[in-house]
Amino acid sequence: MLELRAITAGYHTKAPVVRGASLTVAPGESVGLLGPSGCGKSTLARVAALLHRPDSGTLLLDGEPVRSWRHRAPRAQRTAFGVVFQQPRLSADPRLRLTDLIAEPLRATGRRGGIEERVCELAASVGLTPDLLDRRPHEVSDGQLQRACLARALALRPRWLICDEMTAMLDASTTAALVAAVEDYRATSGAGLLAVGHDQVLLDRWCDRTIHWEDVTGRTTPTTGRLPQASGRRQPSVVPPAGER
Amino acid sequence: MTCESPSRPTWRSYGTDRRSTRTVRVRLSAVLVTAAVLAVLLVPPLVRLDQQAVDLGARLLPPNWSHPFGTDDLGRDLLLRCVYGLRVSLLVGVVAAFTATVIGTVVGATAGALGGWVDRGVMRVVDTFSSVPHLLLGIFIVALFRPGVWPVVVSVALTHWLSTARIVRAEVLSLRSRPYIDAAVSGGASRWRVAVRHLLPAVLPQAALAAVLMVPHAMWHESALSFLGLGLPTHTASLGTLIQGARGSLLAGQWWPTLFPGLFVIVPTLAIAGLAGAWRERINPRRRSELML
Repeated sequence: MLELRAITAGYHTKAPVVRGASLTVAPGESVGLLGPSGCGKSTLARVAALLHRPDSGTLLLDGEPVRSWRHRAPRAQRTAFGVVFQQPRLSADPRLRLTDLIAEPLRATGRRGGIEERVCELAASVGLTPDLLDRRPHEVSDGQLQRACLARALALRPRWLICDEMTAMLDASTTAALVAAVEDYRATSGAGLLAVGHDQVLLDRWCDRTIHWEDVTGRTTPTTGRLPQASGRRQPSVVPPAGER
Repeated sequence: MTCESPSRPTWRSYGTDRRSTRTVRVRLSAVLVTAAVLAVLLVPPLVRLDQQAVDLGARLLPPNWSHPFGTDDLGRDLLLRCVYGLRVSLLVGVVAAFTATVIGTVVGATAGALGGWVDRGVMRVVDTFSSVPHLLLGIFIVALFRPGVWPVVVSVALTHWLSTARIVRAEVLSLRSRPYIDAAVSGGASRWRVAVRHLLPAVLPQAALAAVLMVPHAMWHESALSFLGLGLPTHTASLGTLIQGARGSLLAGQWWPTLFPGLFVIVPTLAIAGLAGAWRERINPRRRSELML
């Protein structure tokens, strides 16, 4: 169980980005978090992934309150989260080949044997062809790089996946492929998912339940208010509805 | 990929006009630096002439066929003295610049990577050192030791790591907030691994460039300290001591003991700076460089 209670977080103590946000993700559940841009949902995602210490509030991981973030968090705890960010260009070290990029978590946690096979397996699961693996980030497209980033996030078999606007930069077919790869992994591992985004159609089809930002914080966002509900005529989406998979 | 390929030829064709003069400058710099290094390395073992040989019958001869640069007030050949002086100055410059860069990179990367009170403390130390004029601080450090090559190296190194530390810290700070560092933390990387695997490789090209740019600067400092009579002992030929020893004869109208060592300071340092500038353009072609010394 991943439980965020009354989280207030930001980059200056006097002007927090997120105020009093609460959210729960059960094991194996997929939750979509929907909000307008700039409302603080990425910050909340970073808090949930133990990457940003909140100013106040509690994060409960399987009932235990988390007390330390980033490097201070025990390694087993932070590697329990696989994180995929919005911009693949910024989330890949430009000096690493895709193989090394995907293998980096395996090496960082001291796994020696079988790295090559594991990288091939991961690359195949996200649909990266072997010829791309020798390239560096600037030699592949955004979509291919995001596939590598997803493979990296899955490398340590995390129990929780945090996808922060994972598909915002990508075309429809890559979006579908990435979502399918995430769902394949969840089907075999039973991992929970927190998918942050602003595309209601996508999140509705992808996740078991979708929650709006103002339901998370308990108040309407002053600048933008509630997103218009997708009513009646839904746009066709490439992702099958949650029930049909 | 597709949007990158057309933009490259555009950049190249835009740059062709200026490229020719740049290429000439870079080639000239390369030739001069190579000549200086070869002279410094090959002349002492190959040429069996004593740079200290005093010939009082040939005092202060103007440049001629047997002494192309003339002789000094003790009748020593100035060409040979200049080569030996360049040898000492280059050694001091390279060792001091390298040491200063290593200190600066380690300090800056530590401050930037650890952040918090370590960062604040280290940067206050840097500010304190920076508030003292560095030539003055250098003179103070040199004065603590007996004259020699190593005190000069130590003095220049200890006064020149500050700017490198600042640059490296700023670079590390901006890198540290990138999502790929977040991804590494989430992937279980330790602080050490993040620093060594992701942060240092990103700042090393800049740091190496700073080291090369610092070589001419360090050579000038050596000359300045020696000129002030604080650096190397006067019998050791360095470009600074040569110029200092020539002060008296310059007033008497003998220009060659000042001019040639002076050229030996200026020409190699400008050549090194020219090469470093070209290298900087390679690292970052968008920033057209001037000579930064």
